[in-house]
Amino acid sequence: MSTLQVAPVETRPRDPERQVVNDFSIQIATVNGSGSQTANSVLMRSIFQMGIPVSGKNMFPSNIAGLPTWFTIRASKQGFIARKKEIDFLIAMNPETAREDVIKLSSGAAVVYDEPLKLNALRSDLHFYPVPFDKLVGPVCPEPKLRKLVRNMIYDGIVANLLGIDMEEMRKALFKQFGRRKAKAAELNMGALAAGFDYAAQNLTKSDPFRVEKMNATAGKIIIEGNAAAALGCMFAGVTVVTWYPITPSSSLVETLIGYLKRFRIDKETGKATYAVVQAEDELASIGMALGAGWAGARSMTSTAGPGISLMSEFVGLGYYAEIPAVIFNVQRVGPSTGLPTRTAQGDLLFTALLSHGDTKHPMLFPSSCEECFTMAIEAFDLSEHFQTPVFVMMDLDLGMNNWMADPFPYPTKPIARGKVLSAADLERLGGFARYKDLDGDGVGYRTLPATKHPAAAYFTRGSGHNENAAYTEREDDYIHNVDRLNHKFESMRTVVSPPVVDYNENASIGFVACGTSHPAVDESRYQLKKEFKVETSYLRLRSYPFNQDLLDFVRRHDRVYVVDQNRDAQLLALMRLEFDPADIAKLRSVRYYGGLPLDARTITDEIVRQEGL
Amino acid sequence: MSTTMVPPAAPPPKKTNRIGLEVLSYKGGKTTLCAGCGHNSISERIIECFYELGVEPWMVAKFSGIGCSSKSPAYFLNLAHGFNSVHGRMPSVATGAILANRQIIGLGVTGDGDTASIGLGQFMHLLRRNLPLIYIIEDNGVYGLTKGQFSATADLGSKLKTGVINELPPFDCCTLGLAWGATFVARSFSGDKKQLQGILKTAIAHNGLSVIDVVSPCTTFNDHEGSTKSYSYMKDHDEVINEIDFVPFYDEISVEIPEGGVQDVRMHDGSLLRIRKLGRDYDPTNKMHALTALHEADQKGEVLTGVLYVDTTKPTFLDMLNMADEPLATLPQSKTRPPKEALDQIMDELR
Repeated sequence: MSTLQVAPVETRPRDPERQVVNDFSIQIATVNGSGSQTANSVLMRSIFQMGIPVSGKNMFPSNIAGLPTWFTIRASKQGFIARKKEIDFLIAMNPETAREDVIKLSSGAAVVYDEPLKLNALRSDLHFYPVPFDKLVGPVCPEPKLRKLVRNMIYDGIVANLLGIDMEEMRKALFKQFGRRKAKAAELNMGALAAGFDYAAQNLTKSDPFRVEKMNATAGKIIIEGNAAAALGCMFAGVTVVTWYPITPSSSLVETLIGYLKRFRIDKETGKATYAVVQAEDELASIGMALGAGWAGARSMTSTAGPGISLMSEFVGLGYYAEIPAVIFNVQRVGPSTGLPTRTAQGDLLFTALLSHGDTKHPMLFPSSCEECFTMAIEAFDLSEHFQTPVFVMMDLDLGMNNWMADPFPYPTKPIARGKVLSAADLERLGGFARYKDLDGDGVGYRTLPATKHPAAAYFTRGSGHNENAAYTEREDDYIHNVDRLNHKFESMRTVVSPPVVDYNENASIGFVACGTSHPAVDESRYQLKKEFKVETSYLRLRSYPFNQDLLDFVRRHDRVYVVDQNRDAQLLALMRLEFDPADIAKLRSVRYYGGLPLDARTITDEIVRQEGL
Repeated sequence: MSTTMVPPAAPPPKKTNRIGLEVLSYKGGKTTLCAGCGHNSISERIIECFYELGVEPWMVAKFSGIGCSSKSPAYFLNLAHGFNSVHGRMPSVATGAILANRQIIGLGVTGDGDTASIGLGQFMHLLRRNLPLIYIIEDNGVYGLTKGQFSATADLGSKLKTGVINELPPFDCCTLGLAWGATFVARSFSGDKKQLQGILKTAIAHNGLSVIDVVSPCTTFNDHEGSTKSYSYMKDHDEVINEIDFVPFYDEISVEIPEGGVQDVRMHDGSLLRIRKLGRDYDPTNKMHALTALHEADQKGEVLTGVLYVDTTKPTFLDMLNMADEPLATLPQSKTRPPKEALDQIMDELR
């Protein structure tokens, strides 16, 4: 039985001309449902624990088990964590896709593969490392049923040896993954890990240039998925009514929230829940319940994806017109229709901004990181109750379901503000109120909640025409007055929603505008443009809609502004076109990617080069 | 001749209920429904029952979908908040509101269009959850507000004025309610004042979902030509109904049917509704008997009225969720925002 040797990483002979340290992507090609997720997480974590910035992205099929899946870990000493087009280190565990996986590689890449597949026959310009997985797994896993799962840990050991990953970090990551209760399973997997490491040490000669070295860029950070971060934001925002319907890639948001609510929101004295979660019969019921709850004064939310947003459109219009708070998370995926449920996109921007028939406009928040998923969830509830309207948090599959590093989330210090709600005492003092009257000049009226014990409290909420007193009206003047006030309310949001983050480069004549998960790719593209083409750029990262003056100023200060859209029809640019003057619109250019994979920097750079004629 | 000043007689003491409110406190706005509309009768019964039982009107929340029936909450209980939502989706709104504040007394008013077509799915799931709510279906077999299309409860063979005949068999909301788990199912007729009052009061007291199907004739569009009921004065009355701009003024229909009895009730267009009222010996705790009774009545072309089924044992949705007793809507921050230590602990777990 092999024992784990926690020894210093052996240095191996390598190409003296090139060493690529802490700057590569590893792709593991497997079959979904085969237990590779554990091995992949352990691998990613051990690199992270060595202080190296990482990201982990899963490309999985819309299926439960048996189809190809690819997990890509990017390590980047500079902190560039967007998807990288090129794969540097392939672990080919899926015979079905192995051939194509190898053929797609750039010259000089490395391949760890199951020996019987004989992949080294395909090309002569790659570094091949054959491994007899089936021969290795037998001795470390006596139970045949578990071999399929344990097998994957072997490649973690192989890679640890080849890349120089500290085995102690791997061990730590493995035991963290399994937790205290599964110590036995952890030991079993540790055996496989060691077997892989030993095999590589004794049989493989490293010829590729890729390796890791300890650094200090991840101290104190966490690894989390965007959906979990958003869930935590909701809990700390004080959400009390959660409604949902399962849909990829949104489900894990509420499922994670349920877990945290059970742990932290049971009243210690009474043992009762300070929340209600309903898995509704469909998205219409979900949004209906969220609005009913918001109307009655609860902080309520629902979470869905594109197809669910389509279903919710009628109710959202009611929420807009009757002015009812609710928070809606849209974890976007590729559309239209069923689309590609397990691929990412920003294809709902235009639709969501204007959701529902008639003249409707809704605020949207665009988190770009897990920290922002947390803080913007809290912001969404505040906005929703303050402005008495549905608020959308626009995430996407890449942010929601992939692994991101994050700084620990800041505990919210601002007290929970419930907006303009009149109590019985207020009514007594005021003598009454008019629900839709703009007293403060921001377009937002005062509301009362049902079960308020005062004869002046009650009013009738309706999606049909209403006047300031919420009475039914079909009058032209009442209608115009009311919708103009709604518009004024929307305008008031411009200076309240999260402003953009702007990086002005005074030497730049061109600038980027992007939102959400386009951020890491734009970040890296700016670096590529400067390093490879000596082109300076500015960058404005949009964080919300409606837009504010900063965006217009940014456009005016540059000759050309490249708006990055992860959709076919340039929807972010379209939203800008809706409000800008022709002179400003003329400066806008479009960079679009809509293949469903997380956006990469090279795609952006190539497009700028092409459009700028570099 | 001198006249003596007689001091005016003291006004009679105003009638108040057990919480000191007059019936005036339970009224709503002036109805805009057609004169003679059954829905107006139902609104009056609601006012009377809530007053007589001494319910606090501000604790009531009125929910409705879209349709003529859904407009009616504006005509009763002005001191209660109202929410006229979207077509067929009132159950979800009521559910959310009651979760937010479990102390709310929920009263939902819907129609046969709102419930038996677009709203069927939400109706079904409302029943499954057994949300504490009074759910009144004001049933006239037509879409009144959009000017007279068949609904899913329209009689087989009934005919629109344009000659279109309904060839699809109707849903019976009581049968559906029973099958899908309602804990209180009753049917009445908008013109049967005493019966409807009795049913409403029982529903107010019931802790769970109460489905009350109220046959509520549409004076304007319910022009059945010889329904499954008996004869009609079709020829004479047809012409009046055909003039759609002219909405005849009808008196509201009022009946007094003895328990266990059968009575043919003449509708505004002359057609007859055969109502069989459940008798004293009917046992409303047996679901199979209820379903059988409904089926038999249907076979005979009769509309069965009364309290069909009651189950006081089934837990409600609120029981299942183990929610705090205080309304979630107004819980203080100390109960809804976990402390900083909780966030620190979670961050540690993710490092």
